[in-house]
Amino acid sequence: MSHDAQVYVRSQTEFEYIKQKRKKDMRNQVTSFAIMIFLTLIAFTAVAAGFSVYLIVPVILLLAAVQVVLQLYYFMHMSEENHQVAAFFLYSAVMLAFTFVLTFLTIVWWG
Amino acid sequence: MSSIAKKKGFGSTLWDYLTTVDHKKIAVMYLAAGGLFFVIGGIEAMLIRIQLAKPDNDFVSAGLFNEIITMHGTTMIFLAAMPILFGFMNAVMPLQIGARDVAFPFLNSLGFWLFLFGGIFLNLSWFMGGAPDAGWTSYASLSLASPGHGIDFYALGLQIAGAGTYIGGINFLVTIINMRAPGMTYMRMPLFTWTTFVASALILFAFPPLTVGIFFLILDRMFGANFFDHTMGGNTIIWEHLFWIFGHPEVYILILPAFGIFSEIFALFARKRLFGYSSMVFATVLIGFLGFMVWAHHMFTVGLGPTANAIFAVATMAIAVPTGMKIFNWLLTIWGGSIKVTTPMLYALAFIPSFVAGGVTGIMQAAAPLDYQLHDSYFIVAHFHYVIVGGVVLAILAAVHLYWPLMFNQMLSEKLGKWTFWFFFIGFHLTFFIQHFLGLMGMPRRVFTFGANQGWDLFNLISSIGAAFMAVGVVILVVNIIITVVKNVPVGNDPWEDGRTLEWAIPQPVPFYNFKQTPLVRGLDTFWIEKMEGNKEGMTYAEPLSDIHMPNGSIIPIVMTIGLFIGAFGALYNGEKDWAIPVLVLGLAITFGAMAVRSLKDDHGFHIHKEDLMNDEGGK
Repeated sequence: MSHDAQVYVRSQTEFEYIKQKRKKDMRNQVTSFAIMIFLTLIAFTAVAAGFSVYLIVPVILLLAAVQVVLQLYYFMHMSEENHQVAAFFLYSAVMLAFTFVLTFLTIVWWG
Repeated sequence: MSSIAKKKGFGSTLWDYLTTVDHKKIAVMYLAAGGLFFVIGGIEAMLIRIQLAKPDNDFVSAGLFNEIITMHGTTMIFLAAMPILFGFMNAVMPLQIGARDVAFPFLNSLGFWLFLFGGIFLNLSWFMGGAPDAGWTSYASLSLASPGHGIDFYALGLQIAGAGTYIGGINFLVTIINMRAPGMTYMRMPLFTWTTFVASALILFAFPPLTVGIFFLILDRMFGANFFDHTMGGNTIIWEHLFWIFGHPEVYILILPAFGIFSEIFALFARKRLFGYSSMVFATVLIGFLGFMVWAHHMFTVGLGPTANAIFAVATMAIAVPTGMKIFNWLLTIWGGSIKVTTPMLYALAFIPSFVAGGVTGIMQAAAPLDYQLHDSYFIVAHFHYVIVGGVVLAILAAVHLYWPLMFNQMLSEKLGKWTFWFFFIGFHLTFFIQHFLGLMGMPRRVFTFGANQGWDLFNLISSIGAAFMAVGVVILVVNIIITVVKNVPVGNDPWEDGRTLEWAIPQPVPFYNFKQTPLVRGLDTFWIEKMEGNKEGMTYAEPLSDIHMPNGSIIPIVMTIGLFIGAFGALYNGEKDWAIPVLVLGLAITFGAMAVRSLKDDHGFHIHKEDLMNDEGGK
């Protein structure tokens, strides 16, 4: 640290606010973790129960999509402020990947 | 001891460059290495044109010709054009946004060494049993059937060099997002920074498909997989898709920074604000997006079906709209300006008609039915040389003259610069304009010779004479550089006298810590604003003078790279030599060991103290 840098001391109110915010974040993380485990259980159960493939595949894909969103927003902190650029790049990548996969499906493998 | 003092002498200078994490020194190394590969690629081009100068020529054999055209394309795209542009990005972009350095100086150095050793590995193929010979596109069925190790050198070399480019791209993105000086909003960034930003985003999205494709190729050729072998259930078309999903954005990765350089030049030497700045930014971003939606126009004749061909044809034509916006904005920037025709401006003026010609033939090929006629003919060769040489190479040559005083505090001779320009420009059109007609007359690309009765003699001879003109131009440039370096006359900052953006405000030679105090940006063309308001210093500062935190240099990037370089030989000779797998493991062990050292050993950098800064009059 440079020797003339200023040290910032938090006030009591700020401290309380941060503490409260961290508590809320923690609750969100635990909740979303529980939801994700639950979703995974549903996926495994669906396969174990021997439902039709035409039901299982879309259900699992849907659950996967939900899990990805939860992961990104709660574990990878995209729900917090100042993540617009990251979100922009991420959604661009999703869009491009979707285009590539769609093209491969339609003109390489099905066509 | 002062925190600024430096050792002098050859050994310490060499060590300094091997370990440097300074964006300005890395820029010089990119420029030097890229320049070397540019000359090698140029020599290969000369060999091609000598072979094709007369019918039934036997100057080189058919097999060697294939190797030469493959290495010419691969070298020029991956090892010359991109690294040289990376050099200018490194040299200019951090200064343009008033940053201390790039976001990850260590990774910047790693990226450079990966590129250099990837390039060396690729070129070692010449001395180790033959170069790759399946074209720079290396289509899978052909490249899987290629005997010898040429294609293996191609795949492994590009994988290493590509990793370097990818790291560089991410570095530029993070730098531009996070390290802009106070007041430098996105819509105040100079166009070269904007195009660097968008080109880096393209690198971010375009290189993973290439990496995947090359890994498949490596596995197929060296480790017995069958991704592209249809007899084993693979699909050769997948390579073409993966390659062009990368390959088309790649041409925008090259041309967008070129657009940025020309935008700077037009504003600087027309001594006017860039016309339509916000539409230029919009067009740049739009070209970046559309660039990903058009890759299959390289594959119209594969048999994708009329629906796919129609979609990709329309998407391709759409790119002409934002590109056209740019052309008109440049014209309107010059219009009514107080124009100084310097060497960089000459290149910029020549770029407009040359690039438009290449763009127009591009639109012709975008029409799928016409492309069936033009495909694989010299018309295609003419088209992509018009956009790459008429766009990217002219931009590189212009930038060499424009930014030489910024990078080296010397001015290249304007007189010799203009000689270079005229030889290169005339030679370029002489070489490639006539190739359109060779294509229309039916000459296929990549043929090693042609018959005397086919009527292509004269045009091919003219084309070869043009190539010689270009070579003379480049030789004059090299002479110019040598003379300038030997003379070594310092020119100080803002040598063009009309600098508009922050990089021209910094004292010369640029101190290794860049700006002593971070500048405050008060608008577009911030240096110009300060000059117009009579600020002699050229900058308003955003902070008081205080200690500067700097990163330490490191030898680890080069060690990591050498590990991959050694490991690549192991992969190359897998299944052929007993030592292959041990060498592969040894190489990877060196790389991962170096990574572990980097992770476990804390390196907090150092501080330049305020007292030293106050005594330092810039420079060194």
